[in-house]
Amino acid sequence: MAAQNLQSVPAELSRGESQEQSQEAAQREADGQANFDRVMAEDSRIEPRDWMPDAYRKTLLRQISQHAHSEIIGMQPEANWISRAPSLKRKAILMAKVQDEAGHGLYLYSAAETLGQNRDKMTADLIAGKARYSSIFNYPALTWADMGAIGWLVDGAAICNQVPLCRASYGPYGRAMVRICKEESFHQRQGFEILLELSHGTPEQKQMAQDAVNRWYAPALMMFGPPDDDSPNSRQSMAWNIKRFSNDELRSRFVGMMVEQVRVLGLTLPDSEIRFNEETRKWEHGPLDWNEFKEVLAGRGPCNAQRLERRREAHDDGAWVREAAAAYAAKRQAKQSMTTKEYAA
Amino acid sequence: MSSPETKATETKATETSAEAATGHGDISTGVPNAAPTGSGDSNASATRITPGNALRPEDIALEVRTGLVKPSGDVAEYALRLGDDALILAQRLGHWISRAPELEEDVALGNIALDQLGHARSFLTYAGGALANEDGTAKSEDDLAYFRREHEFRSAHLFEQPNGDFAVTIARQFVVSYYQFELYRRLTESSDETLAAIAAKAVKEVDYHRDHSAQWILRLAGGTDESRKRIIHGLKLVWPYVGELFEDDALVTRLAEAGAAVVPSSIREDFDRLIGEVLKEAGLEVPDVPSAPGGGRSGKHSEHLGYILAEMQVLAREYPGASW
Repeated sequence: MAAQNLQSVPAELSRGESQEQSQEAAQREADGQANFDRVMAEDSRIEPRDWMPDAYRKTLLRQISQHAHSEIIGMQPEANWISRAPSLKRKAILMAKVQDEAGHGLYLYSAAETLGQNRDKMTADLIAGKARYSSIFNYPALTWADMGAIGWLVDGAAICNQVPLCRASYGPYGRAMVRICKEESFHQRQGFEILLELSHGTPEQKQMAQDAVNRWYAPALMMFGPPDDDSPNSRQSMAWNIKRFSNDELRSRFVGMMVEQVRVLGLTLPDSEIRFNEETRKWEHGPLDWNEFKEVLAGRGPCNAQRLERRREAHDDGAWVREAAAAYAAKRQAKQSMTTKEYAA
Repeated sequence: MSSPETKATETKATETSAEAATGHGDISTGVPNAAPTGSGDSNASATRITPGNALRPEDIALEVRTGLVKPSGDVAEYALRLGDDALILAQRLGHWISRAPELEEDVALGNIALDQLGHARSFLTYAGGALANEDGTAKSEDDLAYFRREHEFRSAHLFEQPNGDFAVTIARQFVVSYYQFELYRRLTESSDETLAAIAAKAVKEVDYHRDHSAQWILRLAGGTDESRKRIIHGLKLVWPYVGELFEDDALVTRLAEAGAAVVPSSIREDFDRLIGEVLKEAGLEVPDVPSAPGGGRSGKHSEHLGYILAEMQVLAREYPGASW
C-alpha cells in the first residue's frame, strides 16, 4: 500500500528537501497537473499511482468512505428483519442482500484505501461520529413491507445516483461501482417484488405496503442531496468528472421512474404534486422537508444513536478477534522467516 | 459457498450518458476506452444465475407436487431432522450479519447461514412430500418452518445453542461442519435419490465451512492469551451437546438397513480423528465435560428453541394463509 502511493504523496508531506529536490518536485507536480488536466479533458481515468490534486483526493476520500459507511450502516435496518422474514425464500433473499451490502462496503473501503487511507481509520471515524453516512438509514424499518420499500425506493434512488458513478474519473471507484450497481439492480427488483406480492395480498398486506411507501418516499427523494442551489460541492465534483448529473436532475429522473412503477404495484406515491413539466421536459414533485433532512444529518434522526451504537458495539466486541488474527498471522510469519533462515544457514 | 466470482461470465456493455441514470433494466455499464486494468472481474455479473445442475428447493417442490418423488414416512422424518438442524443453525448464524468482528466475517458467516438455509429448504420441502395439510396438499417448507410447534421440531440441541461470543459460534461451527461433512459425504451414496442429491450439493458447501471453522480454531488458539482462553471456554460450552449427534435410534437403523440413511454412530470415529487433528495442531484438547442427554430427535428441546421459533414464526403466524 505505502509503496504504491509514493508517487502520489500529498504535497504537504514532502518537506525538508534540498533546493534541487524541491525543483524536481515542482516539475513533477507541474507534469502531474498537466496529465491530470489532460485526463479530465479527455474524460479518461485517474489511477492510484497517478498524480492528483490534493482537493480531488480529499473529495474522493470523503465521498467513497461515506458511501462505504452507508453500505455498512445500511445493513442494519434490513438485518433487523432477517430473523422474522415471513418465508424461507424471502429469508434467503434478504440474507443474500444484506451480505451483498457488506461486500459493497468492502469494495468501497478498498477503493478508498487506494487513496492512502486505511480501513481502520475510516471505521474509527465512523464510530466516533466524525464521518457521515447516508441519512436514510437513520429511519426505522418498522414492518416487513419496509423491506420492499427500502429495496424499491432506497436502492432505486441509490441506483440512479450510482450508475453515473460507474464512469467516475477515479478508476478504482468507477470499477467498484460497476459491480455494486449490478447487485443493487437485483436488490431493487426484489424490493419491487415484495411490494407487488403484498399489494396483491390481503387488504392488511396491501395497507402495510402503502404505509411503507408513504414513509420511505420523501426520505428516498432526499437521498439525492440538497437542491442544486444549496449544494456547494456539486459543481467541483462535476468539473472533476466524479459527479455527472446534478442532484435535482437525478431526483427528477427518479420521480419519473417511480411514477410508472407505482402504477404496476397498484399503490400510490404520497405526493399530489407530481407532474411532468412539458416545457422543461422534467418530472416535478412536491416540496420536501429539508429541515428534517438537516436535522437527521445533524444526528437528530429517529435511529442515529442506535445505528452508531450497534456499529460501535460490533467493532468493540470484535476487537479481541481481530487482535487474535493479527497476532496469529505475525507469529506464523516469524516462524516462517525463522525456518527460511535456518534453511539458508 | 457460492461466491460472486463463480457466477462470472459477462459481456461488457456500453452506455450513453442519457441511459446512465434512467436505465435499470440493463445496467451493465462500462467506460468506453478505459481498459479494466487490474480490475479483475469488475464486469462479472452478480445477478446472473449460474447455469448448472445444482438442485434447488423449487425443483424438489415441483417433483413433490407432480408426484415424481414421494418420501416414505421414515425418510420424511429423517429429512426433518437434517432440515431442522440446518434451519435452526441458519437462524442463529443470520444474527451475526451486521454484528461480526470484521466485514469479512459478516460475509463469511452470512454465506454459511445462507448455505444452511438452502439445505434446510431442500430437506424440509422433501419431507413435506409425505406430510399432508388438511386440504390434502403436501406441506411446504414454510408450512413446516412456520407452523410447527416446538415439540414437532427435530433439531439436535447443539444447533439451538446461543451464539455467545465469536469463539462460541466458532466452536459450535467447528463441531457442526465436521459432523455435517462426514454425514453428507456418506449420504451422497443414499439409496434415496433425493437425499443423495441434496447431500451432494451440501457436502461441497460444508467443506468450505470446515475450512472456515478450522482456520479460526487455529487463529483463536494461537492468537492472544485472551482468544485462547475464549476458544477453550467456547469448546467447553458446546461439547456437552456433541454426543447427541452420534446417537442411533430405531428410525436411522431401519433406514440405514435400506441404504437410505447414515447411522450416526458410524461417523463418530472419523469425526473424532479429524477434529482431533485440528485440535492437536491448535494445541487444544477435547474438552473433558459431561454429556447432556439431548432428545431433540424426539422433540425434547433446549430452553432456547422456544425463543428462536417465537421470533422466526411471529410474522407468518400473524397473517396465516398470507402469501409473501
